Amino acid sequence: MKKFIANQEIEVNDEGYLTDFSQWCKEVGKTLAEEHGIDMTDRHWEVIEYLQEKHKNEEALSIRGIKKSGVINVKDFYSLFPGGPLKKSTLIAGIPKPKSCI
Amino acid sequence: MSSKLKKMCFILSKATIENVYAAFVMANGARMEGIDSEIFFTFFGLEAIQKKKLEKLHVATVGNPAMHIPTMIGGLPGMEALATTMMKKEMEKLDMPSVPEFIEILSDSGVKLWGCKLAIDMFHLDQEDLIEELDGILTIGDFYGRADEEGTHIVFI
Repeated sequence: MKKFIANQEIEVNDEGYLTDFSQWCKEVGKTLAEEHGIDMTDRHWEVIEYLQEKHKNEEALSIRGIKKSGVINVKDFYSLFPGGPLKKSTLIAGIPKPKSCI
Repeated sequence: MSSKLKKMCFILSKATIENVYAAFVMANGARMEGIDSEIFFTFFGLEAIQKKKLEKLHVATVGNPAMHIPTMIGGLPGMEALATTMMKKEMEKLDMPSVPEFIEILSDSGVKLWGCKLAIDMFHLDQEDLIEELDGILTIGDFYGRADEEGTHIVFI
């Protein structure tokens, strides 16, 4: 599925997740965040960078991982990305939705 | 969120590790999907919110055919501890948090944790016996009141 985001044509799956991370840039992330009612701040970007780093290293993402990340605690993670934090943050980060149950 | 499922309310009445994890994984999973969730700990479920007991929960080796351990052997001293240690190792591999860590995550994720008044009275427990993350002590009527919203489900474990 193609989607026009931030003046670029981006390839996304039916849930709206980018299928090719090389198409991601901050502008794309910002636009996706706005679509979900999130106004990106420096704190948001720190989390996004952490998630992208984890993805690059092929490490699975989980809420426990967030807790141990040293980047953000669970409470703040929920308040930065309300309504399903890991789902929303990975979508904004341009990486696949985590498949873990925890 | 367009989901019609807005809130999951769990009643945890057992303290075997498999039941406690079932409740915790589902409660956490709900929050991860943007769904509200609450857990009402009653009867033996209270073991999971007692400071002195929550780290010592065991898997049931007797009366549990899915363990594939003959009941007579499952009842031998140390069997529960052994099976529990093995299960915990597998859980760690999957990055599953321990019970105390899980409670912390649940609380930080906005899961409401409630103790059942009747069971707490019955087991003669005091506030100081219970975890700090507990949001309060309720009657079942109070809990129904919290579930009285459209799109809410109650699950008994």
